[in-house]
Amino acid sequence: MKKRAHAKEHDTQRVSRIVGTALPLRGNDIDTDQIIPARFMKVVTFDGLGQYAFYDVRFDENGQENRHPFNEREYKGANILISNSNFGCGSSREHAPQALMRFGIEAVVAESLAEIFAGNCAAMGVPAVRMTRDQIEELQTAVEADPGLQIEIDLLSESLKAGAREYRFHISSSYRSALLNGSWDSTAVLLSQSEAIRRKGKSLPYLNENPFK
Amino acid sequence: MSKNLFNKIWDLHKVGALPTGQDQLFIGLHLIHEVTSPQAFQMLEERGLPVMYPERTFATVDHIVPTANQARPFEDSLAEEMLLALEQNTEKHGIEFFGLGSEHQGIVHMIGPELGLTQPGMTIACGDSHTSTHGAFGAIGFGIGTSQIRDVLASQCIAINRPRVRKIDVSGTLGPGVFAKDIVLKIIASLGVHGGIGYAYEYAGETIRRLSMEERMTICNMSIEGGARVGYINPDRTTFEYLKGRAYAPANSAFDDAVAFWNSIASEEDAEYDDVFELNVDELEPMVTWGINPGQAIGITENIPRLSSLAEEQREVAKKAYAHMDFEEGSPMRGRKIDVAFVGSCTNGRISDLREAAELAKGRRVHPDVKALVVPGSAQVAAQAEREGLDKVFAEAGFQWRGAGCSMCLAMNPDKLQGRELCASSSNRNFIGRQGSPTGRTLLMSPAMVAAAAVSGEVVDIRDFTPGYGLNHGGERV
Repeated sequence: MKKRAHAKEHDTQRVSRIVGTALPLRGNDIDTDQIIPARFMKVVTFDGLGQYAFYDVRFDENGQENRHPFNEREYKGANILISNSNFGCGSSREHAPQALMRFGIEAVVAESLAEIFAGNCAAMGVPAVRMTRDQIEELQTAVEADPGLQIEIDLLSESLKAGAREYRFHISSSYRSALLNGSWDSTAVLLSQSEAIRRKGKSLPYLNENPFK
Repeated sequence: MSKNLFNKIWDLHKVGALPTGQDQLFIGLHLIHEVTSPQAFQMLEERGLPVMYPERTFATVDHIVPTANQARPFEDSLAEEMLLALEQNTEKHGIEFFGLGSEHQGIVHMIGPELGLTQPGMTIACGDSHTSTHGAFGAIGFGIGTSQIRDVLASQCIAINRPRVRKIDVSGTLGPGVFAKDIVLKIIASLGVHGGIGYAYEYAGETIRRLSMEERMTICNMSIEGGARVGYINPDRTTFEYLKGRAYAPANSAFDDAVAFWNSIASEEDAEYDDVFELNVDELEPMVTWGINPGQAIGITENIPRLSSLAEEQREVAKKAYAHMDFEEGSPMRGRKIDVAFVGSCTNGRISDLREAAELAKGRRVHPDVKALVVPGSAQVAAQAEREGLDKVFAEAGFQWRGAGCSMCLAMNPDKLQGRELCASSSNRNFIGRQGSPTGRTLLMSPAMVAAAAVSGEVVDIRDFTPGYGLNHGGERV
């Protein structure tokens, strides 16, 4: 189980390029309960979650491996997940992208992404990008035919290279710029406005000294 | 341009624009619980940061709470460890904690409204996707992940992109046996489980205005199941009446001043929206899900859609659903034998939900092949139900009456489905494995429909279950 070098550090961690191989995970509406079943969330740290990613689809009741891309030998070490529409829907649990990241996933490519999931990825410094249905289909098929296919995600040019092919992808411009300039961990940026925060607090009708006056 | 409530509240709480183009948004109320907060406190610890607004942060324990035996330490040492962490974190940072044994403990989205913490015009954040529930009060509730919980603890702010706003205009009158749950299931089935991505939903129209606060909460609660992170309803007299006299609501002359503010933040008559969707509920039937996401829902007299009738992009998940549920396309939902019935959750664990289920259960018996659970959403709901004798009604009918918590909605506590059990559930998600068994199966429906299924041993249409069942949509006698 590989960990990203920058995953544990906090400031100015720029993310601009992810290079590696891909793991095609076909299916729409893959929810966060599938990504990390709730019983594995009974923990007070995220550290050990990687082994439980997609646990209930990867293993049968007896703990034997099912056929699943996360189990297949040919995708071992792959760091770019390619899935379909509405990936990460459901619960807001950051345990889901944390489990994927700790499994070794460094970027997510999908036709569409559930909003809270995409926000969680952004806040963790994990690029989550969108491509069209046809492009995803083509990419998944290409990777299935050649699991060793080199993939390169470049946030600067918003392009994904897969062997000789090149695609444009979409990512929210704010997520992109936070990744590129290393401000995806937003606490420090937000806190730098502490005076403005206090002023805002005092100005709200329900928090000021004479409430609602 | 006349503004809608969403944009008024957003602008009121905007601290500034961030270099990334996101807005820095002040959070007026932060609710925390044991599952998604410990890592956030740990991150604060590592950075030596304090909680900036402990007085605007409130905690409770709900997800892991056992509902049968609540003696400490819990039998499940992992659950015990999570509760201990929350106790220590709230103690250390001076955060009010409604713990086990507190009369205000309960599902986080139940207790905010009950205490009057949830008020119109606020921004509210919580590490739980059903934070949209609070929108029922004309507040903006964001479900957030743990890194954002860290941000809110440290700075009382989140970095966020402003979504678009879709008005969902609901007209018509609900028939007997049709509830708020059915409205929201119909909306999700119509717009799809990803239809709301990038949107906040404003639920509006005559039908919504007639709903009680509890019904409004049911609808806003499930916004996220349709992909919308935020759902809200403009505040009105129903909202103000609900809030009057609650522990944290403004009192005396401040209440009147508050009402003036609350009225001022409602959407203008001619407010602009990025999209509008209209739904008429005159013909709406009790809804039931047949598949593995909340959008796979049909009227109770309809048949499970055939693959050929579905749009191409829906087929892959439909095939998965037929296989997991072991249901045939084109077959009816009525008459399917159930194994478990669950009344509870932040969607339908409030007193009106329990009254509706009890009305049906009264004088009847749970079918011998069914295990039935009633889990009140909060200690307050439990106490109220007990004052009304509903606990006895349920117990006499053979339902298990439990302590307050999330319970079998997501099965982080001992309440779980076993094997391939089929569960009629008043909760919000029918995802594969959601109720604790990887092969378990969930049918979402209203609490009254769950109670009817429990006593029948199978899925039924509550409307022909008993003539003159006698409830209107508010749970009061017609």
